[in-house]
Parts: sequence; structure tokens; C-alpha cells
Amino acid sequence: MSDLNVMTPEESAATKAAVMNQVPGPEIQGQSPLHHADLESLAQKGPKTGGVHLRELKLLGHLTLRCNAENAEQLAAVERVLGVALPLQPLTSAENGAYSIRWMSPDEWLILVPGMETFDIETKFRDEMPGHYSLVNSSGGSTVLELSGANVLEVLKKSTPVDLHPKAFPVGKVVSTLFAKSGAVIRRSGEQRYELVIRRSFADYIWLWLQDASREYGLVIEA
Amino acid sequence: MLHIYCPHCAEYREEEEFHCAGQAHIARPLDPEACSDQEWGEYLFFRKNPRGLHHELWVHAAGCRKFFNMTRDTQTYEIKEVYKIGEQPSVVAE
Ligand SMILES: [Zn+2]
Repeated sequence: MSDLNVMTPEESAATKAAVMNQVPGPEIQGQSPLHHADLESLAQKGPKTGGVHLRELKLLGHLTLRCNAENAEQLAAVERVLGVALPLQPLTSAENGAYSIRWMSPDEWLILVPGMETFDIETKFRDEMPGHYSLVNSSGGSTVLELSGANVLEVLKKSTPVDLHPKAFPVGKVVSTLFAKSGAVIRRSGEQRYELVIRRSFADYIWLWLQDASREYGLVIEA
Repeated sequence: MLHIYCPHCAEYREEEEFHCAGQAHIARPLDPEACSDQEWGEYLFFRKNPRGLHHELWVHAAGCRKFFNMTRDTQTYEIKEVYKIGEQPSVVAE
């Protein structure tokens, strides 16, 4: 535990809830669930061209927000903290720079922020949000894989039962679904780019799966 | 394979994303202490098993993780309608 985890009395009174900075101090190295795969080395040594590109968006802050979509005060508070409104339409997302919000269910959103900003944003939420809500820092429980390239759709089609046709899955759409018999939150972040939020404990399995599923198209690791 | 419309996600998804959680509209007795053993046992354990229309509780387990109700024909597997918790079915057996 570093000193970052200790709040002053003023800080803890203002937040009205137990908030802990989960980012360790400089004496501890943060490791993503795919640390052992050493994607940096693979990116340097591996092929530079191929149909599928894989990059881990590691050590981001993952905040699960549950609140009332009909409470205008809560919606306004979210906008004050993140500078962007909660996406209220099912299966949509919103972003403001490095912040992105994924619709997860009618009263639940997944907010991704840069890892080092997580504690600040969490604290701001505690100051701003009125009423009954829940905000949980689930950063340690998952990681994000970004898949892109000319054959990304083929790899996804092997892995998930959702309809990925561009008409049914426009840029910005989010689905929670099955992915290779595990689960993933899939968001289309560009014409040929998708982000997968996956569970920490399944990260290695999905990494192995993706290597296999993309072998015929050529897999390029980016770091 | 059923193709199921989730009323919360507002789109069709494959059956493998869902779990059936049994019969819908089972009301918990308001005063359990006042129940006879038979009443409590029937509430806990006894379920309908109709041939034909059945109202079921489903959960979008791999998706939004919300529960909803479904009216389904157990003989043809045809899904008649889905509706949210707290709502009543519009398709009912005669
Ligand atoms: Zn759903």
C-alpha cells in the first residue's frame, strides 16, 4: 500500500463512501492479465503485415456505474464529471476523448478511462452524484483487446453468435455477448476496428483463441 | 435454436445468450408463517408443465443480465411474445 491509498479526513467526508485508489505506488509494477504473453516483444519480432491486428488497451480504469436513467439530476452529474452524456439508447456508446461509456443494461454503464485518472474520476463521482447509485472500480477484473484489420470481421464471426453485418452493427454499437464460449463486451470503434472488454481470468484463453482464429489471415501484434 | 427478442436490449439474440429460469408469475406468499406445509411446498416446488402455452421467466445471461417474461408454446416452440417483469401477458390460454 502506498500513501496514495490514504485519504485526508476532508477527502473521505466529501466522498461519502469508501473510495480506495487501486493504482499501486511506484514500488509495484502494474501488470495486465496478458503480462506473461509479452506482447511488446511479439510486436517487435512478429510480422508487420496481416489481416488481423491485435493490441491490448491495458491497465485502463474500468468503472461500473449503476443509476437511474430517468433521474435528470444523476444524468446531469455524469455529464459534469465526464463531459459527455450517458448513452441511454440500448446497445450504444458515447465517448469524450479518452473517456468512453458503454451501455450495459437499462441501469448499468461501463465507463473506461485512463488508468491513472480512475481515482480522480471516482472521487468526482462521489462529490457530484446525487441520490441512490453505485459506482464500482472493476479495473482489475478485466482488460481490453482492440482488433482491427481487413479480416477482423471473419475472426469475430468465428467467435460470437451476434449479427455483425454492418447494417446490424454500426460503428459505436455495443453488445454484451458470448465470445469463444466466454463472455465479452464488444464495441465497434471504427469501420474495421472492434474493442473487446474481456474477463481477466479468460484473458489468456482468449489470447490463445485469437491466435488460432486469426492464423489463416495473419496476425499482427501491436503494442 | 430459438431466436429470442430481449425487451431490454431491444433486439433478437441467439438462445445460447439466455437461460430459462422456469415458470413466470409465481407470487411469494405475503405471510409465509401463516402458510400450511402444503401451501408452502406448492409455492416452492410445484410447477406447471403444460402442453401448449406457457409463461416463462428468462434471463439474458450473457447480455444485459436482466430478467423478462416469455409466452411460449411448449409443443411447437413458437414464441408468442416477450414482456417485461411486472407486465401481464396479452397472449393467454383459453
Ligand atoms: Zn438483453
